[in-house]
Amino acid sequence: MLRINNLHARIGKKSILNGIDLEINPGEVHAIMGPNGSGKSTLASVIAGKEEYEVRQGQIVFESEDIAELSADERAHKGIFLSFQYPVEIPGVTVTNFIKTALNQMQKAKGEKDMPANEMLKRIREKSEMLEIDRKFLSRSLNEGFSGGEKKRNEIFQMAMLEPKLAILDETDSGLDIDALRIVANGVNKLKSKDNATLVITHYQRLLDYIIPDFVHVLYDGKIVKSGGKELAFKLEEEGYDWIKKEVNQNV
Amino acid sequence: MSKYTEDDLREELKTKEYEYGFYTDIDSDTFPVGLDASIVRAISKKKKEPKWMTEWRLDAFKIWQKMEEPDWANVNYEKPDFQAISYYSAPSGKPKYDSLDEVDPELLATFEKLGISLDEQKKLAGVAMDVVVDSVSVATTFRDTLLEKGIIFMSISEAIKEHPELVKKYIGTVIPKTDNYYAALNSAVFSDGSFCYIPKGVRCPMELSTYFRINQAGTGQFERTLVIADEDSYVSYLEGCTAPSRDENQLHAAVVELIALEDAEIKYSTVQNWYPGNAEGKGGVYNFVTKRGLCERNAKISWTQVETGSAVTWKYPSCILKGDNSVGEFYSIAVTNNYQQADTGTKMIHLGKNTKSTIISKGISAGKSQNSYRGLVHVSSRAENARNFSQCDSLLMGNQCGAHTFPYIEVKNKTAQIEHEATTSKIGEDQIFYCNQRGIETEKAIALIVNGFSKDVLNKLPMEFAVEAQKLLEISLEGSVG
Repeated sequence: MLRINNLHARIGKKSILNGIDLEINPGEVHAIMGPNGSGKSTLASVIAGKEEYEVRQGQIVFESEDIAELSADERAHKGIFLSFQYPVEIPGVTVTNFIKTALNQMQKAKGEKDMPANEMLKRIREKSEMLEIDRKFLSRSLNEGFSGGEKKRNEIFQMAMLEPKLAILDETDSGLDIDALRIVANGVNKLKSKDNATLVITHYQRLLDYIIPDFVHVLYDGKIVKSGGKELAFKLEEEGYDWIKKEVNQNV
Repeated sequence: MSKYTEDDLREELKTKEYEYGFYTDIDSDTFPVGLDASIVRAISKKKKEPKWMTEWRLDAFKIWQKMEEPDWANVNYEKPDFQAISYYSAPSGKPKYDSLDEVDPELLATFEKLGISLDEQKKLAGVAMDVVVDSVSVATTFRDTLLEKGIIFMSISEAIKEHPELVKKYIGTVIPKTDNYYAALNSAVFSDGSFCYIPKGVRCPMELSTYFRINQAGTGQFERTLVIADEDSYVSYLEGCTAPSRDENQLHAAVVELIALEDAEIKYSTVQNWYPGNAEGKGGVYNFVTKRGLCERNAKISWTQVETGSAVTWKYPSCILKGDNSVGEFYSIAVTNNYQQADTGTKMIHLGKNTKSTIISKGISAGKSQNSYRGLVHVSSRAENARNFSQCDSLLMGNQCGAHTFPYIEVKNKTAQIEHEATTSKIGEDQIFYCNQRGIETEKAIALIVNGFSKDVLNKLPMEFAVEAQKLLEISLEGSVG
């Protein structure tokens, strides 16, 4: 589904990704872990198509198509979803209005008509119930005055509504208390299928107790320096990242 | 608002040139250019006005001659040459119609193009129309229905003839001839406009609506509107404007006077979409308008405006809160793009006790435009317990535009409570990226953000106007982000 080859990216003059290789197949859950500043969020943004980042080398191939030249909205239309670490506020635009606009733009990109209002409402009801979202929440301005937990839950709600092929969860666990974490993780698990894939980006192993990864990759200094199964996450949780740093430095 | 779909918007956005930039070829009865006392007399004669009106105009002309064009507003433009304007232009040979069939088909086609066909309007939502095209009212509908309730809704020229006592009593009482340069000019040469009277205790059953349109090359438009709500009455009045695209600047200097007697309420909503000039700042309408309302005891006046057009706008719909417990409201969205300049706001003059005013202003600047809010809250020494709440928000798009706020507060009574809030924000790349990531393309993302920003004011508009206003916001900002 997603194949990243030797990806190098920078912002301004600062090089952040220094040769990433990653392959994700349908039905898989991958986790990317790594210390602060290792390039985790940058990787998420670059896959999603944020223009501030300059891809200097390498390819991002999504469903056999090189998407490096596509704009962020075009990538979204192809089925790439990013759950933001810090979702932005859009004052005056309700959660419902926003998701309705997004969904209909997706429909349009596929050459389909707007989703009928009753179908839309049904879907909103279903997905908000799954994520235990209060009806009143849906008529609030997008992310304005939301608690950390509400923001993240809203991200997963949008993901549930848009049904992406590849969902990238960027630090979705940050700012969540344990109950919210369980609800969010539950939602993500329910949305999993053999046809879609999930890329979880996290600093802590905690989230991976709920969303069990098939593969864990360690990102350090803009490179994936170690890959393994979920046991790698446990080791990182117990021993921290120092041993990784040591290993990398020894190899240099 | 639900009927307007994204597809409609998409269609709209495809049209990059000014939407309503077409020109209707109608035979006009146009005066030679220039202005002196004889032109003023000729206008009055042409309109078969009584002597008192002619004198009133001449007096205004004398006052105007002694005045100087103001330059305190935060706008730059080439001052109009008042001797190069023709002061009267009427669709010729048809003073009045009984039915639409008699109206010039080309004119009807123009309305069709604007999406406001009279036929449709007649059927729709009980909207009565007094259509003003180049200064003379050519069609008035629903008048009979209104007359049953004793409501008078006609052109001001007709009102001068048919209800001189009302016009004489109220014209120039809220905005005197001496008020300002453009008000004086308007008083001397006003061509036509609307007159509305709601009798005591009557609630006007429909939104009264006027569409203005500048149609003749080089003719200034000097509209005069007078709305009188008698005691304990209510009226909602809609004013919407479009103009054909033209290279030379066109001057528009309207005067609107509202009078709300005891316990009366007037809602006055405007959507202004005159030609803003092209992307290089050439052409466009000069919109120098004086609008003011007077509130007697327990009366209320609400101004709501959506200003997206004109090259230069200079406009401060105001309320004189004369009576005790009277209420004034001002809700405004002003959008400027390319080289547009807007200096707009309100004046709330608190004279009576327990008077309240609310100001909500949303300024959106894009391109190389300049957008200023200028507002005055004045509390006189006799105005016990006056209250005002003001909120002025500015939204900037890009790095070359400007947003300015000039709030003036004069309080002469210690019991007053005045609150002023102001914010300035920019549409962030993060917001756009967030929308993009959800599959929302950039133009649509901007429309969404701008509509969200303007929501508090859009909500104040009557439904059918709100849809139009939303479309206008989107059209006027297209191409503003690269």
